[in-house]
Amino acid sequence: MSEQTPALRLENITKTFPGVKALDDVSFSVLPGEVHALMGENGAGKSTLMKVLGGLHQPDDGQIIVGEQPVRMASPLDAKSKGIVFIHQELSLADELTVAENIYLGELPRKRFGLVDWRRLYAQTNEILKRLNVSFDARALVGDLSIANQQMVEIARALTVDAKAVIFDEPTASLTDAEKVVLFDVISDLKSSGVGIIYISHRMEEIFKITDRISVLRDGAYRGTLETSKTNDEDITQLMIGRTLDLSRNLAHHDVGDVVLKVDNLSCGHLYENVSFEVRHGEVVGFYGLVGAGRTAIAETLFGLREPTAGRIYLDGQPTRIHSPADAIRRGISLVPEDRKAQGLVLGMNCRDNMTLPQVDDLKAGPFVAEGAEIAIFDQYRDRLDIRTPGWRQSVGNLSGGNQQKIVIGKWLSMHPNVLIVDEPTRGIDVGSKSEIHNLIRDLAGLGYAVIVISSEMPEVLHVSDRIVAMFSGKIMRTFTSEEVTEDNLIQAISGLSADKVA
Amino acid sequence: MSEITSKTANETPAARSKGARPVQLGVIGTFLARQGILVAFALFMIGFTIANERFLDPDNIMGVIRSSAILGVMALGVTFVVISGNLDLSVGSMMSFATIVVLDLHDKLGPALAIPSMYAMVLCLGAFIGFLVGYLRLNSLIVTLGMLSAIHGLTLTYSGGKNMDIADKEGTWFDVFGQSAVLGIPVPILLFALLASGLGIMLAKTPFGRKVYAVGGNGTAATFSGIRRARVVFTCYLISAFCVATAGLIQASRSLGSQNTVGQGLELEVLAAVILGGASLMGGAGTIFKTVIGVLILGFIQNGLLLVGLQFYAQYVVTWIIIILAVWLDIAAKRGKLWSPIA
Repeated sequence: MSEQTPALRLENITKTFPGVKALDDVSFSVLPGEVHALMGENGAGKSTLMKVLGGLHQPDDGQIIVGEQPVRMASPLDAKSKGIVFIHQELSLADELTVAENIYLGELPRKRFGLVDWRRLYAQTNEILKRLNVSFDARALVGDLSIANQQMVEIARALTVDAKAVIFDEPTASLTDAEKVVLFDVISDLKSSGVGIIYISHRMEEIFKITDRISVLRDGAYRGTLETSKTNDEDITQLMIGRTLDLSRNLAHHDVGDVVLKVDNLSCGHLYENVSFEVRHGEVVGFYGLVGAGRTAIAETLFGLREPTAGRIYLDGQPTRIHSPADAIRRGISLVPEDRKAQGLVLGMNCRDNMTLPQVDDLKAGPFVAEGAEIAIFDQYRDRLDIRTPGWRQSVGNLSGGNQQKIVIGKWLSMHPNVLIVDEPTRGIDVGSKSEIHNLIRDLAGLGYAVIVISSEMPEVLHVSDRIVAMFSGKIMRTFTSEEVTEDNLIQAISGLSADKVA
Repeated sequence: MSEITSKTANETPAARSKGARPVQLGVIGTFLARQGILVAFALFMIGFTIANERFLDPDNIMGVIRSSAILGVMALGVTFVVISGNLDLSVGSMMSFATIVVLDLHDKLGPALAIPSMYAMVLCLGAFIGFLVGYLRLNSLIVTLGMLSAIHGLTLTYSGGKNMDIADKEGTWFDVFGQSAVLGIPVPILLFALLASGLGIMLAKTPFGRKVYAVGGNGTAATFSGIRRARVVFTCYLISAFCVATAGLIQASRSLGSQNTVGQGLELEVLAAVILGGASLMGGAGTIFKTVIGVLILGFIQNGLLLVGLQFYAQYVVTWIIIILAVWLDIAAKRGKLWSPIA
């Protein structure tokens, strides 16, 4: 197999963003007729690598070779014309157009006077659909199809060009088991027609089922390629994590108090089901799982942004219903949301006003806002959280990510909540501020706060949590204490492996 | 999913900027764009003064302010709506409605009852719009554009298509709001000044005002801070309706009789004044003081154009040009470029 000319070869790809080396000298190759898994933790560089391959980013160094031809991908269209096709996790189809129109969008066959040659369009499309063995017609509206069938349309689109390599990015994220079988059939057809396939997934089970080789990225660097048939999930996990973590974990032990928040068999549609856990005073509970595992939806339910469909929430032992964020805030539940700029801050407002926003009704002198009290609060939390800003008048949009996050945290701390939920506390934040925020979270627990930390970064969850709740597709797979958790069993829990073993 | 979106948001502008050729403004350009309205205004004023010496006459200035008062009162309310991130295009026909209703009720109920009844009816209209935009989250442009037409129909139905006149124009005290003066200051100007101060303080100093800015600046973040966004938007439309009712009162009192199209087209002039003052159509920015400046600028420019002999009808075109200029400069100042293919 290794004698063949690879369908696609990446050589010494390096890409630097301001302050971050996203890809460091990455090389690997995909053979024709091979399914090649690309694995790595969130942030390991998979998406950046795919963006380089797809022409969205230009590499600083290194080259891409398709067949035997070194190429430069100027744009996504350019990449497609060179035979590199992407099947994205998030579908990019126009719901209101037919299957055929979507497949040939931008290159519809023409008759004279520039009119669309519908007959040829539908004929060509049906030919491709036949190869995919699907149940729908070229004239069907994409919006009427199931997610799985929409994905088939994306794949059909890939077949219109002479594809050398097809990249599947988490293709099974929203598929049912039956739909997965169909997808895997299509992949194996593609494979036997000599196309090279890159398959990106976190799900070990799928990796072992359909891939031939596995390449692993970690911290932007290539860490090795394994033959799927000669490896096991421990080896892969080892390669993915690799680093020696600071296992002291900063868990200065302190007294854990009474249960503040108890969640009993809570469900919210398909987002999560039968979730039960509790959080005590002085404790940090980490929620770890893949994006879409239901962690954020739980936080949003606790903060009154989603109504649960079943189950109960208890605060200090009392059953509670939370209908709105205002409700949640009144009951002492605070949320530092995952998207700081879209959900956490009014970017055009100044630092002080952002920080006091939830309590502006309580800070009054007569009918007016007590600006003196506001400034006092701002000063207090600026000093305590070490927020670097020229002054309260500074517009929040001008601060760095770390300082912005501290403003959001200060906003809630100044109201002394019972439960502080922090969703992705350090996303997009530089390394220095990151450890400051981690220490802050530990300090808060030390002061008796009940803290929930949701994170997609394993080192982060391991670093700050007293207990870790592992989630996979809407269910709690397992709850670990800080003594029993290892990176290995945590990664297995969130890949759904333990579920399969149980089932 | 949001991980992906935020990444694209961070990375694409840099990636794309190679191909695009935006026109950079630089420091002076950005200043001019930001203060462009004032610069243009200054140039206009100098030009008008040279062209016609009557322009700076105290009587003329007082006249401009007085005739701007109705527009100004309406602009105060619309400022709240615009800062909260919405539009109100219904104010013109709502003002016609207020005027016709108060004139009609004047003869039927007497002025003392006619005025509160009219306020109540107009506030109901405002509440209805506030409900649709605030609680049902319908697009404010569609809702208020529809209401512009619907309220016009309501007014015509109410008046039977006829103009409205007070029977006994000599014997009523109803003319105080439009025609009399206190300490030499015409009452319309006084009402405008009073409302402007009251609403200005409300917007700048009270918790409610703070929430208006938050909702308009980033409604999602406001919700995530426990602010009841729907309630804030609803209240803004109530304030707008209150201002419109007051404008209708002044209009009715000044003329003691009116066509049922008296407010037609005012919505655009009001919007022009608010934008001229620097309130952002994106929401979250603007002040009452700046709106007052915008109202005066618009008033003086229209007056100046009349004095230099431009036909009254041409003013419709001029108003439109001013709106376009103001919006363009607003966006240009924000992105630091006169033109750009993205954002």
